Amino acid sequence: MSGQERRSPLHDEHIKLKARMVPFAGWEMPVQYAGIMPENKAVRSNLGVFDISHMGQFRVTSQNDTQAQQWLDSLLTNNVSKLNDGDGQYTMLLNEAGGVIDDLIVYRMAANDYFLVVNAARIDEDYAWMSDRIVDGIKLANDSDNFAAMALQGPKTVEACQSLFPDCPALPERFCVATLSTDIGDVIVCRTGYTGEDGIELFCPMSDGSTWWNRCLEAGADPCGLGSRDSLRLEKCYPLNGSDLDLDHTPLQAGLGFAVDLSKDQFIGKAVLDDQKANGMPTRLIALKQTGKCPPPRPGYDVYAGDEKVGTLCSGGMSPTLSCGISMAYVTTGHHKVGTVLEVEIRGKRYPADIIKKPFV
Amino acid sequence: MEFPDNLKYAETHEWVRADDGELVTIGISDYAQAELTELVFIELPEVGREFSQGDEIAVVESVKSASDIYSPISGEVVEVNEELNDNPSLVNESAFDKGWMFKIKLSNASEIDGLLDAAAYSEKVN
Repeated sequence: MSGQERRSPLHDEHIKLKARMVPFAGWEMPVQYAGIMPENKAVRSNLGVFDISHMGQFRVTSQNDTQAQQWLDSLLTNNVSKLNDGDGQYTMLLNEAGGVIDDLIVYRMAANDYFLVVNAARIDEDYAWMSDRIVDGIKLANDSDNFAAMALQGPKTVEACQSLFPDCPALPERFCVATLSTDIGDVIVCRTGYTGEDGIELFCPMSDGSTWWNRCLEAGADPCGLGSRDSLRLEKCYPLNGSDLDLDHTPLQAGLGFAVDLSKDQFIGKAVLDDQKANGMPTRLIALKQTGKCPPPRPGYDVYAGDEKVGTLCSGGMSPTLSCGISMAYVTTGHHKVGTVLEVEIRGKRYPADIIKKPFV
Repeated sequence: MEFPDNLKYAETHEWVRADDGELVTIGISDYAQAELTELVFIELPEVGREFSQGDEIAVVESVKSASDIYSPISGEVVEVNEELNDNPSLVNESAFDKGWMFKIKLSNASEIDGLLDAAAYSEKVN
């Protein structure tokens, strides 16, 4: 730790739980408590809770009912106009070249009021990009310093929420948001996550962070760190910004076409995506599963088809659920088809891996 | 945290046990295994290969990272702990016993005297 990192409002709770703390995106965050393997397992089979207070929150509002939606639709790849009140949508902010500045979730709180959750490492960049393109009548607020946030994830989510929110009849549906009234005030609850399991992401005032964190633990969740957050998301092939998504690749290359609506008239980066759709793209993000015993594949390792280097791993590791090496890589188009056998070079030796249909788990 | 008295330690966190005459057993310390966190893969050296003191001789990998293990003494690898291939977490569970990594036939016995004793090593990591 350089000493310059910001501390989460839940910092003292992590220290009490003897978490191993690491620097991440300018923050000092827990990488693990009991261990990545048991934490991964807790989320897949029971319940885990992650501190996600480092993530950013923006609010976009307009006086006029449709203006905020129209402005967001000019910046984001997915179609904001399809949202009803309480709906959320995975989407991306691109530059003119179609490269990914950030992937984020936008929630419609009301017709003229949108809540955006963005990546920690991209808060300043996103805010600057959006501010530079602001138009009259739109208000953009960076509310990232106002929230403590945590993700409660796992198959026992609904059960746990009955004790967390005894006065609330039902949780929001998958990918939806609701403001819930509780004994200590309102919280924003989204039925979203980064693990592939059922779960919620809870946003509360900073001063209530510890209370909600401890309530999650009392409701049966194991504390989980960034280590298992990464292994869980990789098992589901959810891209990690800065590793699997960057300015050099479009969302179509990343296989995220479901979060892109090319039928919209215009959004920044659309021309490049239209061109890729019509004329093809140079590389694509694939999922590789090691077929034999082999060291864990890691970012930066090269991928070969015979003697030809066809790509480099951008994410990788040992899957706690499958107990084998899994990874993602951008490979030359033509070598990207499911079922193809490629080789990953690890310390000078090549190990076979199959391109599988996403996700791994 | 354990620091058995009958072992010698390298500053790079390997331990060395003199078995008999010119044979030594090598592993990594309890401190090292705790810092590395749960191991998921260990790449052991080939039997018969010669290494000099300080050479990269093995790789231990956790879910998060890969770390080099350095040979604390010079010599020829005569045996490796094959059980670690299927159960690398033995190093976490039993760093000084079941988690031993390899045996070396010494080429320079005086190198052992240059290693740290338990007191000096525990002072270094605490």
